[in-house]
Amino acid sequence: MKISSLRIHFLAVISFLLIGSFASAQEQSVAEANDEGPVDTQKEITDYTNHHLKDSHDFHLFSYTDAAGERQHFGFSLPVIVWASNGPVAFMSSEFHHDIDGEVVVEAGGSRFVNLHDKIYELEEGAEEIVMGEDHHPVNAHHPFDLSITKSVFGIILVGLLLLFWFGSLGRQYKRKNIPTGFGRALEPLVIYVRDEIARPNIGENKYRKYMSFLLTVFFFIWVSNLLGMTPFGFNITGQIAVTVCLALFTFVIVQFSGNKDYWKHIFWMPDVPVIMKIILIPIELLGILTKPFSLLIRLFANITAGHVVVMGLIALMITLKAQFGAVGSTGLSLVLTLFISVIEILVAFLQAFIFTMLSALFIGMAVAEHDHHHEHDAEGHEIDDVEDVRESFV
Amino acid sequence: MDQLLNDFSPGLFVMQAVILLILILLMKKFAWKPILNSLDEREQGIQGALDAAEKARLEMKNLQADNEKALQEARIERDAMLKDAREIRTKMIAEAEDDAKEQASKIIAQAQEAIEAEKRAAVAELKNQVAVLSLEIAEKVVKDELSDKNKQMQYVEKMLQDANLN
Repeated sequence: MKISSLRIHFLAVISFLLIGSFASAQEQSVAEANDEGPVDTQKEITDYTNHHLKDSHDFHLFSYTDAAGERQHFGFSLPVIVWASNGPVAFMSSEFHHDIDGEVVVEAGGSRFVNLHDKIYELEEGAEEIVMGEDHHPVNAHHPFDLSITKSVFGIILVGLLLLFWFGSLGRQYKRKNIPTGFGRALEPLVIYVRDEIARPNIGENKYRKYMSFLLTVFFFIWVSNLLGMTPFGFNITGQIAVTVCLALFTFVIVQFSGNKDYWKHIFWMPDVPVIMKIILIPIELLGILTKPFSLLIRLFANITAGHVVVMGLIALMITLKAQFGAVGSTGLSLVLTLFISVIEILVAFLQAFIFTMLSALFIGMAVAEHDHHHEHDAEGHEIDDVEDVRESFV
Repeated sequence: MDQLLNDFSPGLFVMQAVILLILILLMKKFAWKPILNSLDEREQGIQGALDAAEKARLEMKNLQADNEKALQEARIERDAMLKDAREIRTKMIAEAEDDAKEQASKIIAQAQEAIEAEKRAAVAELKNQVAVLSLEIAEKVVKDELSDKNKQMQYVEKMLQDANLN
């Protein structure tokens, strides 16, 4: 008993230290990630936060100004792969020299590219530099199909490899022994949790097995991605709308393809309601097909984005409140608040993964449910009221 | 909404879709299938062991019940035997008593009979003796009487007188 409480204490201290260290690492990147010196105005902070929330073409850890007054960036560049008008083109993002304002023009594969707010634009034939129109969109450039290994793609691959490594080794462990050891012992209950608390109750004992691969992969993918977003590497995978759209689309497709006769019947010809209601219900139910995955993608995206914005805002407090509280006061306040929100965000990381998987399982369960609610008939063919009907007539 | 649409990167979407699909397939092959199969196997094993234990427990219980029953039966049998033995003993004693009584009464009866017979024999004997004795006495008396003629005459006369009176 004493030993275990000591160990928990120790773990708590370690996690505090870790969170503290990553918070301070992010402070650094907030403070000095601008070529024109530290990020210290309100606008620069907002821009920095917005920049962080979006995908980027290089993996930037932190920057500082060295003794010679030169900006040094730490991180590494990632490959840019675009399908330009002259076919596929690939080059390293370092060729933009950290420029995201569309000033550096890179020539590759017979086309000219600029990086404008972390979007690659291909300049039109003959254009020397990007010209912005009235509506803040470039007039002489277009957006090619961009298959770059961006920071998020890098993160997705990293999460995929981590999952493959962790669960692959857990899977291999079972060949040798019945009960896993080491990290596998922590992973196994999570797998059992997803199976017994998410898949089985929502989809049903007979059919859950088919969807386990999807549910488990999505659950751990979202969870690890969310947690990766809490590290100082500054990933924001599940805060990318494209990623959540993709995840929700997978659920959508799976639900539509596993829908049985009853599922479609409940959409197009709702049983046990008057004909006029059946007709009214068709568009509502059709809309419902779309709103379910839509709510999934918006919920995940919004939660993670909000979390990142709050954490970034709280970290920025030490700059914005420096005038009022002094350097130590604002840093301390920012640290305490960031720590507090980070703890909540760690919870949210799990919660969002759980909710996404849970609702996916629920939607799949609704599509594959066997409706054994059909009315029984007695000998003369009259319907026998079952419990539901009796209750309904009372209500 | 406009911002959202603007932020939507088709490239990232395609990459995510492809990677997620590959990830699901790889994870299914290398992780989820072996993990879930092993979990099922283990759970079935545990369930089997539990069932076996339950079965063994039931059997044990049955066995114990059987033992108990056998013991009970043995006890009942013993009681019955004891009761029988007691009954037999009582009966035997009673029979013996009866026998003894019967025997005794028989002996007594025989004894009485014998006594009676003896008595009768003695009486008969006595009667014979008395008769002989009386005859002898009578003979002697008669002899003695007849020796005196006067006296006989007197006696006859007296008898005649008595007869006249009648």
